[in-house]
Amino acid sequence: MHNVVSRDEIAPSVVRMVVEAPAVASKRLPGQFVVVRPLEVSERIPLTIVDSEPASGTITLIVQVVGATTRELTSIQPGENILDVVGPLGRPTHIEKFGRVVSIGGGVGTAVAFPIAKGMKEAGNEVWGVIGGRSRDFVILEDEMRSLCDRLVVTTDDGSYGVKGFVTDALRRLIEETSGAIDLVLAVGPLPMMKAVSALTREHGIHTVVSLNPIMVDGTGMCGGCRVEVGGEIKFACVDGPEFDAHLVDFDNLAKRLRAYHDMEQQADHQCKIGLATRNKQ
Amino acid sequence: MAKQERFKRTPMPERAPEERRNDFMEVPLGYSTELAVAEASRCLQCKNSPCVAGCPVEIDIPGFIKLIRDGDPVAAARHIKLTNTLPAICGRVCPQETQCEAVCVLAKKGAPIAIGNLERFAASMEAAAGVETPPAAEPNGHKVAVVGSGPAGLTCAGELARRGYDVTIYEAFHVPGGVLVYGIPEFRLPKDEVVAAEVDFLRKLGVRFVLNTVIGRTVTIDELFDRGVEAVFVGSGAGAPMFLDIPGENAIGVYSANEYLTRTNLMKAYRFPKFRTPIARGKRVAVIGGGNVAMDSARTALRLGADTVLLLYRRSEKELPARLAEIHHAREEGVEFHLLVSPTRILEDAEGRVTAIECQKMELGEPDDSGRRRPVPIDGAFETFDVDLIVVAIGNRPNPLIPQTTDGLKISRWGTIEVDDKFRTSRQGIFAGGDIVTGAATVIEAMGAGRTAARSIDEYVNDPEHLWK
Repeated sequence: MHNVVSRDEIAPSVVRMVVEAPAVASKRLPGQFVVVRPLEVSERIPLTIVDSEPASGTITLIVQVVGATTRELTSIQPGENILDVVGPLGRPTHIEKFGRVVSIGGGVGTAVAFPIAKGMKEAGNEVWGVIGGRSRDFVILEDEMRSLCDRLVVTTDDGSYGVKGFVTDALRRLIEETSGAIDLVLAVGPLPMMKAVSALTREHGIHTVVSLNPIMVDGTGMCGGCRVEVGGEIKFACVDGPEFDAHLVDFDNLAKRLRAYHDMEQQADHQCKIGLATRNKQ
Repeated sequence: MAKQERFKRTPMPERAPEERRNDFMEVPLGYSTELAVAEASRCLQCKNSPCVAGCPVEIDIPGFIKLIRDGDPVAAARHIKLTNTLPAICGRVCPQETQCEAVCVLAKKGAPIAIGNLERFAASMEAAAGVETPPAAEPNGHKVAVVGSGPAGLTCAGELARRGYDVTIYEAFHVPGGVLVYGIPEFRLPKDEVVAAEVDFLRKLGVRFVLNTVIGRTVTIDELFDRGVEAVFVGSGAGAPMFLDIPGENAIGVYSANEYLTRTNLMKAYRFPKFRTPIARGKRVAVIGGGNVAMDSARTALRLGADTVLLLYRRSEKELPARLAEIHHAREEGVEFHLLVSPTRILEDAEGRVTAIECQKMELGEPDDSGRRRPVPIDGAFETFDVDLIVVAIGNRPNPLIPQTTDGLKISRWGTIEVDDKFRTSRQGIFAGGDIVTGAATVIEAMGAGRTAARSIDEYVNDPEHLWK
């Protein structure tokens, strides 16, 4: 049982939760994730660890409500418990002093980009941030990113805040401005965004890393459900990743596999909304 | 006893195939006392007892059968437990026909004694009577950690607890039992009635279970030593599924057996949507492989509503590695066996969903290293099966997490942990057994390893320098 310390909605259907998980908090490195099972009936879902505080034994999770299990998770209130939190899982981000690093977060992907950017900054890199959302309400962690990035560009698709356009447009301008003097690009967000970023940086020969979030069950290499094609080989995102060289990832295959349960997810979420799940006992 | 009766096995009552293939309840119903006594009375009580030598943990088989014959099945269960702590499990899942029953003297002229059925009967009778917890052993003050709560880990922990050790089992999942819970289906091994009961028994012996903890990630083995553990047993299993490495394998609707069975058994996807984990419900399902896991997957597919389940295996009937009972049950339930075919390509529609699997037809050639005749392609002969779901059950590699995160462990080129005859690894104080050492094998072999390793751990803790000279 993992007590929820705080819970706040930071964007429409996006909830930040601080959760007690001392064993995870003391071990966790940037880029790693946990597998969470909120209630007895829930799925096991992978969530990036946004931040951790070993002293208080807490981790921060940011959850976008997309189906039954995320709905169940985000309905757990401060003082109540999450049933299972397992981790930290996955390989940590490869962090060293690269030089100039551009960290890109699209929508809720910023929750994954932020801890990686933080780790890069602590390693002495010059970190530029590019974060975006559909509209102003969907831009998350702006203050957090601004406080650690040497430079931050915010974009919105509709121009309601920051620069109008996609994060890819902002990245293109940064590449032009620096004549490609960027040592590493980290991109996390919706698949079309990561694919577009990857295509752009490939043109300019800039090494690019993406963090993938395929469907997982166990998170320990046991089921192979999270397999992705990287450089023509099958890799398991849970143990070989979740971060991979963007230029080697088969994004189309991943997009296809993410749709596997689309109809069933709608069905489970409907069942969830009519309220069959029970709360965890205190 | 009349001669014919002596050579005829007492069949175990089972649920009818057309009924059982629609649900997840157990298939065999178990012997009544009358049937068990009749079967036990067939035993010749051989002095040299070849069956005992045929058992990886050397259960005194004639001894427990005699107790059943004499009307004391509870004593029979306790007698088995002197050498095998999990009779309810072994009675159900051991490949008796290649072990104890294979060498039964009666097998020469008729049917061997149904040793597995009798073992299961004894365990059920003991459970019904209420399993007595043995008196707690005097704590000896030594701490041991066990990694993984599958058959190897459970057995090792049980042995050590009986000797007074302070034992903690670390399990990555939220339920203890390892493959007994995520892998073997409910219809073959009931989870609450059998597996949870065995876990409870270990708890009563004083074994602690720490769940949701991935050794190598949440805690490393070195950190366990830092916390005062004197020895570690690694029974982390064969966790990483193998794939066919053929085109189309990443289409939607291609599962590893591990994923298919874990979704169903551990996450209860068969009770979707009350349980939220989804699973694709194929109408025409192909299962690739011929072992117990393939049979479990095929029979699970039927229970998830498939109209047709095809089992595709690249060798012939004779080479099928599954238990005879599983092959028999699968056939009875309507699984279609297509032998001597080897998948070459998976076809998918525009949305990336599986539509068919193309196979190369094979014939048997010369025996290979395993002694089985090697399947050889028949030039130009292919067969395509229309299917909407594929389950790949061709085996597992050891999970690399512990080897990767533990310095100094000697690993074989197959990724297994190397041990000697005492189950010692290359690192002082670390022992290993089960599938992480052998690659995919049987429950009873893992239990045998856990048991022998427990003895070595006992020997080591009492004289640490001696065992690692």
